[in-house]
Amino acid sequence: MLAIETKNLSKRYKTKTAVDSLNLSIKQGELFTLLGVNGAGKTTTIKMLTCLSKPTSGDAILLGDSIISNPFAVKEKINISPQETAVARNLSVKENLEFTAKIYGFDRKETALKVQEMLDTFSLAEVSPNKAKTLSGGMQRRLSIAMALISDPQILFLDEPTLGLDVIARRQLWSAIEKLKGNITIILTTHYMEEAEALSDRIGVMSKGKLRAVGTTAELTAKTSTGSLEDAFVSLATLEEATG
Amino acid sequence: MKTAAFSARNRKEMIRDPLNMAFGIGFPLVILLLLTALQSNIQVELFAIDQLVPGVAVFGLSFISLFSGMLIAKDRSTSFLMRLFTAPLTAPDYILGYTLPLIPMAVLQITITFIAAAFLGLVLHFNVLLSIVVLIPVAILFIGIGLLAGSMFNDKVVGGVCGALLTNLSAWLSGTWFDLHLVGGWFKGIAYMLPFAHAVDAGRAAISGDYTSILPHLWWVIGYAVAILIIAIFVFRKQMSSDSD
Repeated sequence: MLAIETKNLSKRYKTKTAVDSLNLSIKQGELFTLLGVNGAGKTTTIKMLTCLSKPTSGDAILLGDSIISNPFAVKEKINISPQETAVARNLSVKENLEFTAKIYGFDRKETALKVQEMLDTFSLAEVSPNKAKTLSGGMQRRLSIAMALISDPQILFLDEPTLGLDVIARRQLWSAIEKLKGNITIILTTHYMEEAEALSDRIGVMSKGKLRAVGTTAELTAKTSTGSLEDAFVSLATLEEATG
Repeated sequence: MKTAAFSARNRKEMIRDPLNMAFGIGFPLVILLLLTALQSNIQVELFAIDQLVPGVAVFGLSFISLFSGMLIAKDRSTSFLMRLFTAPLTAPDYILGYTLPLIPMAVLQITITFIAAAFLGLVLHFNVLLSIVVLIPVAILFIGIGLLAGSMFNDKVVGGVCGALLTNLSAWLSGTWFDLHLVGGWFKGIAYMLPFAHAVDAGRAAISGDYTSILPHLWWVIGYAVAILIIAIFVFRKQMSSDSD
């Protein structure tokens, strides 16, 4: 069964087309990366798939449910770690996790178990009583992802998860994401080539709202006759830009 | 359960901000003390405590608008609300979640103001309790203003609108600092077209035992509260389905 299938998914604003007839299939358990420069349409795609923004045309089916006709059912299966760190600043790490579990309907006992699991998985136990606003950027990002995972989502959206983090924090986060691979479907957006290469099962290159190519790193480099993902990306993005 | 969890989070966010506590509780008390001290040094009865305290309580409620507006605006600006909007919560979950924790806070704020007034000479009797009850719809009005401001503006603008404009409107156009009937004219006309003077008059009527005068003023407040809450809910729901990039 496919985790995500988009059918001519499009989003148009008054003066520009943010996403143009996106057709994409993502398998369950896959870590799929949407790669593109700023303004390529990655975040708009994520917003549509998470039911935050309605498509202008087309549809997407997430584990059998349409984002247009059944968004509430979709929301019960997904979670997101937004681009900007989204944590409750005056709540402790533990309270942030408890709060998220409860709004997804977990009872007290389940909440306690899930909170402990997330604290352990993301190495947050030591800072559990600390207020979120006192954490470093990397720690806040880890908490943000833990909050996204505590609801046991079948599909997890990670929008630029390592943006603005230093090398160490980035590698720690990669390690946490790698542990999740295979268990749930992950859609990651990034404009860091090495991140896409290190984490992804497949990569979709987006440019100017269009999906230019989809494949593994090896497939993309072979397709563009280049030696690296970065070269392949530049080739795909600029070639298609030149041809429209 | 979901609404309760969201309410609890909002309550903690607000009460853990020391500035909220300082302004929400401290500032009205300072005003109460200053005006009472002023009264003790002048011959004319300008700031009689039983007339002053409902006004100061109404003025204090403008900070409730500031708390709620700032919280919602900050949630929006930090993507926290974006995270919540992908959760299986309904519009009533959000609106009740933001509104419910503010009601006990507002009642507590009003009560503390009245207790402080008791130390300054206010005689505690049944009508004082009635005045507190009469001010609850006023609290709903100010919560609605905060919800609306937070849904429309960013936190800086909310700071200006609720922190500066609303506090001044509720101070100058409520008849707390001076008798609006003495000023008269267009100023009084405008003041009585807005809900603040009616809110103070309803509280004063209750405390002085003029029961028949309570409802005519309170209807103004309730009318404004209902209208503003409906607009706030409409704007908030629009935000939920916002298609802005």
